[in-house]
Amino acid sequence: MAESVCRSLRDGALEGELAPTLTIKDSLASPFGFNVFSHILVQLSSQIVAGKSQSQGIMIVALSRSPSSYIDLLKTSGVDVESSKKWIHILDCYTDPLGWKDKRRKSGDITDPSNQILSSYKTVKDVNKLFSVICDLGRGLVGESKSRFCVAIDSLSELLRHSSVQSVASLLSNLRSHEQISCIFGLLHSDLHEERAVAVVEYTSSMVASVDPFHHSVDGQGSYLGNSSRQNLTKGKFNVRCKRRNGRVRVTCEEFRVEPSGISFAPVSSVDGAAVAVAGLIPKVQFNLQLSEKERVDRSRVVLPFEHQGNGKPIQIYDGRRSLEDSKNEATPISGGKKEDSGRGEIIYYRDSDDEMLDSDEDPDDDLDI
Amino acid sequence: MEQQGLDLMDQALGFHSNKAQQQPWPLCGRFVLVEDCVDTSGAFVLHHILKRSFTSHPSSAVIFLAFANPINHYDRVLRKLGCNLASQRDTGRFFFLDMLMLQCPVEGEPNHDGLAAVFEKIERVINELSPENKKFVTVIVDDISCLELAANGSSNDVLDFLHYCYTLTSENGYALVALNHQDIYSDGERPAFKLEIEYLADILVKVDPLATGLAKDVHGQVMVLNKETQKQHGISSIKVNNFHFKIKENNTEYFYAGTRT
Repeated sequence: MAESVCRSLRDGALEGELAPTLTIKDSLASPFGFNVFSHILVQLSSQIVAGKSQSQGIMIVALSRSPSSYIDLLKTSGVDVESSKKWIHILDCYTDPLGWKDKRRKSGDITDPSNQILSSYKTVKDVNKLFSVICDLGRGLVGESKSRFCVAIDSLSELLRHSSVQSVASLLSNLRSHEQISCIFGLLHSDLHEERAVAVVEYTSSMVASVDPFHHSVDGQGSYLGNSSRQNLTKGKFNVRCKRRNGRVRVTCEEFRVEPSGISFAPVSSVDGAAVAVAGLIPKVQFNLQLSEKERVDRSRVVLPFEHQGNGKPIQIYDGRRSLEDSKNEATPISGGKKEDSGRGEIIYYRDSDDEMLDSDEDPDDDLDI
Repeated sequence: MEQQGLDLMDQALGFHSNKAQQQPWPLCGRFVLVEDCVDTSGAFVLHHILKRSFTSHPSSAVIFLAFANPINHYDRVLRKLGCNLASQRDTGRFFFLDMLMLQCPVEGEPNHDGLAAVFEKIERVINELSPENKKFVTVIVDDISCLELAANGSSNDVLDFLHYCYTLTSENGYALVALNHQDIYSDGERPAFKLEIEYLADILVKVDPLATGLAKDVHGQVMVLNKETQKQHGISSIKVNNFHFKIKENNTEYFYAGTRT
């Protein structure tokens, strides 16, 4: 449930425990992970501003979106970004992640004194340095005391592209263990990485939220929007898996819908709900894949070839040709010249015409004597 | 007929939507990715956008990064479409960066300076633009596969370069258009390279051959996937358009499937 996820992040970490970590996972079949990320960011930010969460500040590591878009997002959602009490800081790893811009200046990582909430970071491949910068800036945000802050990483996929799986996993572990970090959440595009890398990130998270299409495409390839029908283009399933402290795993499923104003969540609708488990396995097609009672009975009555019927009668081998006597199968015309003599174990075969080509009408298996 | 044909592709790209009234160059702030394959070249889409970028607003400027063909090729093609690249270049609206001979130096470790230098060149061209021409700049990359060759096969460097070009769309509201050959990356060790770029794209134009094979009157099919994004929240809606095309001598016709015999 999206609500329970937001609540877990809001409640944060218990003393001496690892910080709750959420990985939002999506794919091109349902590319709405960022919508979920923004939703959670807005929810958590409003709670921080209202003083209702454990964390007193939020640190956004912006890798795939510009910092200004986050400021606009929060402003349009009614969250006060420019309040006198500083509660947000954005680490800009988007504008110049590798220091290519204005190389002549070689400015390095800077905190613009005129802009209180933005710092640029230009060495995105150095994950260890990223960790220390996050911690320092976070500490600067909430102070040295027992106050905590939360960390939002808008693209774990970008981090995985720039550095190794081990570095990213250790970054997440170190963040989780930090005594001043209340919670962490990040976005991962699962189809961009090997399963191993995705599994590693999932293991380091306490909650994994998957944004899935209504129906998975058959080929499993990363096809854009999979087989979604037109009306399902902006809808999908939101599956959350939470790991409890006692080891129990809780799995929930909701439907989401994307609108211009944001994303909304609803319980799985009753239309799909009745067959929600089955729907995932059986594709929606225009013909009936189920068997009726009569069809089931008829199927049980079919005599299978080579199967001992166990009723004392000599075994009747099902000969495909005999059953087709009534329904004239045009694919196998009976050539008059063929003869079979099964008693003596000889097969005498006459062709009607020697010129006759071995065409597809003749079944080459006709002379088999089983 | 020609006007109607243009309309289908233009409509799919968002040229004739309400936004066109708000901003004269509807591709502002958007990344258009054109994907084609060996059987069906998608270069005609690039030519279409290139031509439209000159006819849309008088202050549009185009920076064309050519990794695949020399300028004479584009000059000939655009002339047939009724557009004179030479005069656009003279008026400071068309900048052709010939990257055909570019080969990023290999010095033991991947040299990021190769593509960083290309980006620096783009920045320099932009900084030297006159203010009126700076408003709606379109950067066109032809094509990403050749760019990867120039980068010694380093797909990470190519993705970094595309990321930097993409920042031009979000920071300055420019348009970015790139062509990629999807069949090179669709199976193999790194299908993720193609997917990474698809994630980045706001408009995806997929050009494929007909499933039924070659035809005289229909040269292929186009799927245009237009992500309407409220950039802050993410994707708000997705519009998909499917139609067929026929490339003629002086233009390309677009029509819905089944409307041609």
